[in-house]
Amino acid sequence: MISDKLQAIGHNAINRFVRVGRASLFLWQTLLSLPYMIRRPGLLVRQLYYVGVQTLLIILVAGLFVGMVLALQSYIVLVDFGAEDSISLMVSLSILRELGPVFTGLLFAGRAGSALTAEIGLMKSTEQLSGMEMMAVDPMKYIIAPRFLAGVIAVPLLTSIFMAIAILGGYFVAIEMLGIYEGVFWSQMQVNVDFYSDLMNGMIKSLVFGFVIVWIAVFEGYDCMPTSEGLGQATTRTVVHGSLAVLGLDFILTALMFSV
Amino acid sequence: MSFSRGERVIFDNIDMDIERGKVTAIMGPSGTGKTTLLKLIGGQLKPDAGTVHVDGENVHKLSQSALYDLRRRTMGMLFQSGALLTDLSVFDNVAFPLREHTTLPEVAIHHLVLLKLEAVGLRGARDLMSTQLSGGMARRVALARAIALDPEMIMFDEPFTGQDPISMGVLVKLIHDMNYALGMTSVVVSHDVEETGSIADYIYLISDGKVVQSGTPVELKHAKSAWVQQFLGGVADGPVPFHYASEPLMADLMQAEKS
Repeated sequence: MISDKLQAIGHNAINRFVRVGRASLFLWQTLLSLPYMIRRPGLLVRQLYYVGVQTLLIILVAGLFVGMVLALQSYIVLVDFGAEDSISLMVSLSILRELGPVFTGLLFAGRAGSALTAEIGLMKSTEQLSGMEMMAVDPMKYIIAPRFLAGVIAVPLLTSIFMAIAILGGYFVAIEMLGIYEGVFWSQMQVNVDFYSDLMNGMIKSLVFGFVIVWIAVFEGYDCMPTSEGLGQATTRTVVHGSLAVLGLDFILTALMFSV
Repeated sequence: MSFSRGERVIFDNIDMDIERGKVTAIMGPSGTGKTTLLKLIGGQLKPDAGTVHVDGENVHKLSQSALYDLRRRTMGMLFQSGALLTDLSVFDNVAFPLREHTTLPEVAIHHLVLLKLEAVGLRGARDLMSTQLSGGMARRVALARAIALDPEMIMFDEPFTGQDPISMGVLVKLIHDMNYALGMTSVVVSHDVEETGSIADYIYLISDGKVVQSGTPVELKHAKSAWVQQFLGGVADGPVPFHYASEPLMADLMQAEKS
C-alpha cells in the first residue's frame, strides 16, 4: 500500500521533470527560431496587435483604478502623520517597483496568455500544425516564434502604460478629490523616484515576467492533449502557472534588486 | 518497418512498396494505423525499427532542413480534417504554400490559386473563410492546397469521407486524372472500397499491424481469404470482429446485476 503510494509519487515526479525538460527544449527551439522574424516582420507585427493592442483596454482600466485606490489608501494612512504631501511618492514607488509589473503580468497571463494557449492548442487539435509541417513550413518559426517575441515585447510596453495611467489615476484622486497641491505632488515624485533603481528595475521585472508567461502560454498550447478537455486544462495551467510564476519571481527579483 | 505506441504494436515488421506514378491504396478496419502510416512516410513520426524511403532518401535520417526540403519537393498531404488555417480565407489557404515557397509575383499566384480551386469546383468560394465551409468543402480546398506546388507524391487521408455523391465522383476522377496527367504518385487511405478500388492500381490491406493481403483490385476481388472477402464485401460476420474484445454480453450483464 505504502509502496504503491511511493511509486505513484515517484511516477508523478518523473513526469513533471520530463515535462520541464520538454519545456526547456521547446524554449531552446523557440529561441533558435527567432531570427526568422527578421525575414518576416509582418508576422510579428500582427501578433503584437493581438497580444499587445488587444490587451490595452484592460491594462488602461485596471491601471487607472489601481492608481486611484492606491492614492486614497495612502492618504488615509499618511494624513494621520501629517505626511499627506508624500502621497505621490507612495503611489509612484508602489506602482513603479511592484504593482505595475505584477498587475500587468497577472492581467496579461489571464487575457493574452490564455488566448495564446487556446489558439495554439486548437491549431494542434485541428491538425493545422501538422498540416504546416507537411507543407514544409516550420510551425516553430511561423506560429510559435512571432507569438513568443510579441509577448516578450508587449509586456514591458503594457507595463509602462499601466504605470503611467496608474500615476495619472493617483494624480486625479490626490489633486481633484483630496486637495493636494499639484506642485507638491510632482516635485515629491521628481526628487525621490530614481530612474534606474525604481523605474528600470520595474521594467526589468516586466521583461522577465513577459518572457516566462509567454513561454508557459505557447508551450502549454503546443504540448496540450488535442482534445477539448486537454485544451481546457492547458488554458487553466497557463493562467495558474503564469500567475504563480509572476508572484514567485517578483519576490526573487525584489530580493535581488532592493535588498539592503 | 515497425512502430508502437506505448505497449500497443501498430506495425509489426511490415514491408510495403509504393510504385512511382501509380495510385496505391491503403485499406483496413478503423484503428489499424492507416493515418499513422502516412505520418511515418511524411517523417512526422519515427519508426521503432526499419526505414522509410521516399524518392531514394531515408526519411528519418534526414536533418530537419533536408526533411523540409524533401517535403517541399515531393510531398503533398490531404488531411482527414482538411487542416485548413482557420484565420485565412479559402484563397489565402491555397496561396499559402505558394507564398511561402516560391517567389512568384502575386498575379501569378492569383491565377494559379484560381486554377487549383477551379479543379476542385470551389473557385466561387474563394472569399469564404475556412470556418464557413462544410467538411466536404474544406477537404476539397485542402486538396487544392495540397496540389498547389504540384508535388511528386500526394498522400490522401480519407479523401471521400463526408462528400456528397456528386463531389465524390468528381474527386475520384480528379485524383485519377491528376495522377496520370501530372505523372504523380498517389497514396490513398480510405474505407470506401468501391471508389478507391475504381482508381487504385495496387491495394494494401492492413490489419493488426500486418499487411494481410496486397494486389491489384482484380486480384483482391478474387482472393480466397475470408478476411479479404469480409472486408471488401462489408459483411458483419467473419474473421474480422465487429465488436471490440470483451466478455460475452450475458456475462457482462450478470456481473453488473451482482455488483
